[in-house]
Amino acid sequence: MADSPLTRAVRWDTVVGALLVVVLLLSFGFVDGFGNSLNLSFLIGNTLPIALIALPMTLLVVSGEIDLSVASTAGLSGAVMGALWNQGMTIEAIIPICLLLGVACGLFNGLLVTRLGLPSLAVTIGTLAAYRGIAQIVLGSDAVTDFPSQYLDFAAGRFDGTFVPYAFVPFLVLLVVAVVALHAMPFGRSLFAIGASEEAARFAGIRVKRQKLILFTLTGLMSSLTGVFWALHYASARYDNATGLELSVVAAVLLGGIDFDGGKGTLGGAIAGVFLLGALQNVMSLQDVSAQSQIVVTGVLLVLSVLGPRVARQISLARAGRRVAAPPPSKTPAPTP
Amino acid sequence: MTHPSDTGTAPVLALRDVSKSFGAVRALRDVSLELFPGEVHALAGENGAGKSTLIKTLAGVHRPDAGQVLLDGTPVVFHGPGDARDAGIAVIYQEPTLFPDLSIAENIFMGRQPRRALGRIDHKATHDATAQLMRRLGVELDPDRPARGLSIADQQIVEIAKALSFDARVLIMDEPTAALTGSEVARLFGVVRTLREQGAAVLFISHRLEEIFHICKRVTTLRDGAWIASEPLEGMTEDDLVRRMVGRDLDELYPKQEVTPGETALSVRRLTREGVFTDVSFEVRRGEIVALAGLVGAGRTEVARAVFGVDRWDAGEVEVDGKPLVNGAPSSAMAAGLALVPEDRRAQGLVMDMSIERNIGLTGLRTTVKAGLVDRGAERSRSLDWAVKLQVKYARIADTVATLSGGNQQKVVLAKWLATGPKVLIVDEPTRGIDVGTKAEVHRLLSQLAADGVAVLMISSDLPEVLGMADRVLVMHEGRLTAEISRTDATEETVMAAATGRAAA
Repeated sequence: MADSPLTRAVRWDTVVGALLVVVLLLSFGFVDGFGNSLNLSFLIGNTLPIALIALPMTLLVVSGEIDLSVASTAGLSGAVMGALWNQGMTIEAIIPICLLLGVACGLFNGLLVTRLGLPSLAVTIGTLAAYRGIAQIVLGSDAVTDFPSQYLDFAAGRFDGTFVPYAFVPFLVLLVVAVVALHAMPFGRSLFAIGASEEAARFAGIRVKRQKLILFTLTGLMSSLTGVFWALHYASARYDNATGLELSVVAAVLLGGIDFDGGKGTLGGAIAGVFLLGALQNVMSLQDVSAQSQIVVTGVLLVLSVLGPRVARQISLARAGRRVAAPPPSKTPAPTP
Repeated sequence: MTHPSDTGTAPVLALRDVSKSFGAVRALRDVSLELFPGEVHALAGENGAGKSTLIKTLAGVHRPDAGQVLLDGTPVVFHGPGDARDAGIAVIYQEPTLFPDLSIAENIFMGRQPRRALGRIDHKATHDATAQLMRRLGVELDPDRPARGLSIADQQIVEIAKALSFDARVLIMDEPTAALTGSEVARLFGVVRTLREQGAAVLFISHRLEEIFHICKRVTTLRDGAWIASEPLEGMTEDDLVRRMVGRDLDELYPKQEVTPGETALSVRRLTREGVFTDVSFEVRRGEIVALAGLVGAGRTEVARAVFGVDRWDAGEVEVDGKPLVNGAPSSAMAAGLALVPEDRRAQGLVMDMSIERNIGLTGLRTTVKAGLVDRGAERSRSLDWAVKLQVKYARIADTVATLSGGNQQKVVLAKWLATGPKVLIVDEPTRGIDVGTKAEVHRLLSQLAADGVAVLMISSDLPEVLGMADRVLVMHEGRLTAEISRTDATEETVMAAATGRAAA
């Protein structure tokens, strides 16, 4: 939601966008191996899974919900993809099945949240474990790698002479769709209202449960699409694909200025947050920072991105409070009756 | 102020030039008040006049920004409700909060029961002390009876007994009669007289003017947070008092136009939501303002919620212009031309963090659409149009509604719903907590809407508003529609009789 220019002179999503530019410029200038087109294509390719899931996740968090099972759904899709491939099915038949599976996973989350009224945080922590467990049952510890080469080439390749991966183009299309849906369509408008005040949204005739069910289902669909992309991009379908990706997605979305309590933020900010996180992870890899340390950085960023806006609010409240509060009068003992 | 009491005593508790603000809202401005022992003093004023703030200041909940609280003539500062209680000030609220599973005696002596050796509770002493308190009040209530199942009236008696056990010298009674039946009121007044004779000072708040004249000696009137007058009630008429409270004659506050009702617009038949309301049937015709009166908790708001579809109903049907509504679907109600201005504007009527423009726009998400996208130009002009028509006072249409005053927020809620061009408008407590000027504007608006052919159903706990605005009054009592009273027959007495479950006199 656009705040009026005077109440918030500098918008957080603009800040994140500027920060992204600064990090990119510094990296070009000072990080060896950052600016070559191979590394840039790695950066984008490795960030795409986060970015793809961040699209529906942004809409979900704006509406006041969250889905932590996204990485497990992606992993389950990859596992099912590998298992069916081993069974001899064609990839053209497998991919729609995987996407339908994602729809089912998302629908299940959504039904638990909207029909039974359970908190999405708890529900999706549960399905985070459950979906990953099913993935392991389906594929065991196998790694399926022999997918058709034209699919592998598409998922890992880039346009000749550039650093732009092929897969970036469909992402851009989905990004435009998501931006329009969130910021220009009545659907998106209703999500902001739901996130800011679910009760007021209901009293305005907005179908809160239906909108949320749609969002969870879309999130499941995008997660499974990401799972398929992941298996092809890295030419490896394993049950533990994309483990921990939900952390990166949530961190990036919150970093991008989407309010965890719902009702505030822009998709532009969220995507800036995604690529800021992607760029930082890329730079850390180039500097030989271990994967474990990178997770620490991501976790700290997550905490900071939730903490930052709150600290700012507390400071401004404290300032306002000082102006209003009267000096404490001295206590006069009450006479005994 | 001169000394009005004929007993020749000094005020036991007084406020002198007290002011209190909450942010930009000045709840009390230079208010003074004197309470004398052995006297029942009325506090009069409309909703939002500052009565609650005054009570909370006396009870030590709020500390005044300016001015003094005087106890026996000495300035005191209460650092919390405990200080006020220790000073002998007790507040009896409209709806007491007792521990339901504890006995009356245990409730009264909660946390300070008489002890025997080894810190064991002395149940006999607790029982006897309670029985003695009840005798003092002239009431028969078994001290060992659990609080669960006590009527509101009996619960209030328990609270009064508790106050006495603290040696309270000042009793503040905040609308104690709002939920009581006639005989219960009579008994409560008996207790109040007993307290008065025993030398207690009582501050009595009631919306029922005849009660004020019946039991009180003097009255202090507040309006919009300002002190208007403190004077003896003797020689005053109810009209005099209303004029003090409202600051104008009633005719201006309730500008009801005479309209010949048209066809039935809203038809509710045998509507039931189990455990909440039962077998509710009524119609509202075009051009009519129908009031739905009753006590708080009688089920009025719940009926409105079910009709609009926010809650589901278990049986019955609702039609707008002959078209049945889908159960539990506000969007269906909206499409049929129904609008609901809900009771709680901050939680239900508005998205507080959203702009005025977008709040008004929320009801137009299905209509101000071009090629599947929100038509921002149309949205803005729709919002501006209605904000101007309703004279909302704002700086920029893109400001959040949280920056507006309560009255202007209510206008935004009305704008949001009027922009849908409703055939039927349900307003739930449309003027609660807003200032008198805006209140008159809202009334004029409702009257004009009815004249333009809108069917208006108005839920209100404000009896003068009900009597001043409604063509017909429907009354609910404990989940059932108990009376339908025409404009000519509607008086405070007939409406209250039906609302409290007494047969109309």
